[in-house]
Amino acid sequence: MILAEQIIELTTTRHNPHVDPFMAMWEWQIPVYLFLGGMVAGMMIISGYFIFSNRYKVADCSCFSIPFTALVLISIGMFALFLDLAHKPYVWRLYTTFQVKSPMSWGAWILLLIYPALIANILMKPSPWMLRFIPRLSDISVKINQHPFLIKNIGVLNMLLGLMLGAYTGVLLSSMGSRPLWNTSLLWVLFLTSGLSTAAAYVHLIAKNKEESELLAKADNGFIVIELFIFVMMFLGLLSSARPHIEAAELLLTGAYAPAFWVFVIGLGLVIPLIIQLLAVNHKIKHTPIAPIMVIIGGLILRFIIVEAGQYSHWFNAHLK
Amino acid sequence: MPRYGMVIDTKKCVGCQDCVVACKTENNIPEGYNRDWIVTEVKGKFPTVQMEIRTERCNHCSNTPCVSCCPTGASHIHEFGGIVLVDHEMCIGCKACVEACPYDARYIHPDGYADKCTFCIHRVEKGQNPACVEVCPTHCMYFGDLDDPNSEVSKLLQSRKWHVNLPDAGTEPNIFYLI
Repeated sequence: MILAEQIIELTTTRHNPHVDPFMAMWEWQIPVYLFLGGMVAGMMIISGYFIFSNRYKVADCSCFSIPFTALVLISIGMFALFLDLAHKPYVWRLYTTFQVKSPMSWGAWILLLIYPALIANILMKPSPWMLRFIPRLSDISVKINQHPFLIKNIGVLNMLLGLMLGAYTGVLLSSMGSRPLWNTSLLWVLFLTSGLSTAAAYVHLIAKNKEESELLAKADNGFIVIELFIFVMMFLGLLSSARPHIEAAELLLTGAYAPAFWVFVIGLGLVIPLIIQLLAVNHKIKHTPIAPIMVIIGGLILRFIIVEAGQYSHWFNAHLK
Repeated sequence: MPRYGMVIDTKKCVGCQDCVVACKTENNIPEGYNRDWIVTEVKGKFPTVQMEIRTERCNHCSNTPCVSCCPTGASHIHEFGGIVLVDHEMCIGCKACVEACPYDARYIHPDGYADKCTFCIHRVEKGQNPACVEVCPTHCMYFGDLDDPNSEVSKLLQSRKWHVNLPDAGTEPNIFYLI
C-alpha cells in the first residue's frame, strides 16, 4: 500500500486455510442460500398481500401456487446452509438456545416459523395432486375458508415473516463490522428489495392470470428502480466513509469485481430487464420470459459478488507512526 | 476476578517464531494452521524506513463481535479472566465468528469447529504463563492481570508508549504492543 509517497508493507507468517491470503470461508452455499431466502421472502410478501387484499378470490390467483414453490426453494436453501456447516453433527445446537445478539440465531428460528406460515397458505387451497395423496386436506381447507378473519391473518403472517426473512439475509452480513463492504445498514434494504424483485419476476413468469402477470411486471419495474436507487445510496455512504469502506466500494465500482458487477448485476440483471419490461407494460412489445429470467439470474449473481467481495474487503492493519 | 491481557515489546521481538512453535506443540495445532504468527511491518520512504516485528494472535477483545454473532453460544467469554474461548462441543462450524473477527485470528479446525488462541487457559488456571510467553528467548512478551495496577503488564502500559491492532474496529483488544 502507498500513502503520501510512503510505502507500508506487511508480511505475515500466517497461512490458515480459507483465511489467508484473503478471507474465503463462505463458498457457494451462502450466496445460494441468501438468494433463495431473499426470493422466498419476496414470494411470501407477494402471496400474503394477495391473500390480505382479497385477491385470492380471483380465479387462478398465484397465491395458491407460490407457497409450495417457496417451501421447496427454502428447503433447498436450508440444505445449502447445512452443507456449509463444518461441524454438521452438531447442527441441532442451533435449536437449544436463542442468542439475542446473533443474527444467525434469529435466522434459524425465523426459518422454523416460515414452514407453518407457508403450510397454512398451501392448505387454503391444496393442489389436486396433494388431495390425491391426503384427501383429508380438503376438510381442513373447507374449515379455513369458513373463517375470512383467519385467512386475513394467514396473509399478514406471510407478509410479516417474509419481511423478517428478507431483512435477516442482509442483517446477517451487515452486522459484521470486520468486513467493510457488508458493514452498511442499507444492505438489508438492498437484499429485501432484490428478493421482492426476483419474486415478482418469478410470479410474472408463472402467473396464469394475465392481469396478475401484468401487475407483477409493473411491480418488478418499481422494485428494480428502487434497487438501483439503493445501490447509489449505498455507494455514496461507503465512498464518504473511512478508507477501508472506500476501498470496499471500489472493489465493485472499479476493482476486481467491477466487470461482473456492472455487466451481470447492473446491466443484464437490472437495467436491460427494466427496459424490456417497461416496453412490455406499455404494450410496445409482448411479455416474454427473457426479462424475468434475467432478473432472477442477476439476483443470484448479486449475492455471489457481495459475499465474495465482502469477504475480500478488510481493515488495514498498520500502526507505525 | 482478573482480566487477562498480554503486552508485547516490539523493541525486543526479533520474529524468531519460537512462540509459534511453542503454541503448535503445546496445543497440538494441526499442520498448516496457526493460532499465533509473526507480522513484519515496514513503513516510510527510503532512506527513512521503520520496521516493527510483532507476534500476533487472538486479541481476546473486551468488545467481541465473534461472541455476539455466534448462534449457539459456543463462542464465549470465559468467567476466568475474560478469556475468549470456543466450546468445541457446541460449535456447529457456521464460520460466522471467523468472518466477524477483523483480525482474521480464527480458523476452522480440520475436525470442524472454530479454533483460535486460548491464552493457554489450561496453563493459566494452574498459575503458569501461556506457552508462547514462557519460551520467548528475548522476553518480549508479558502476561498478566490488566485490572491489577501492580501487575507487570499494567506497569508497562503506564510507563511505555503502546498501540493496539485496529483500534478503529472498536473491539477493545487486550493485547498491547510497546513501541
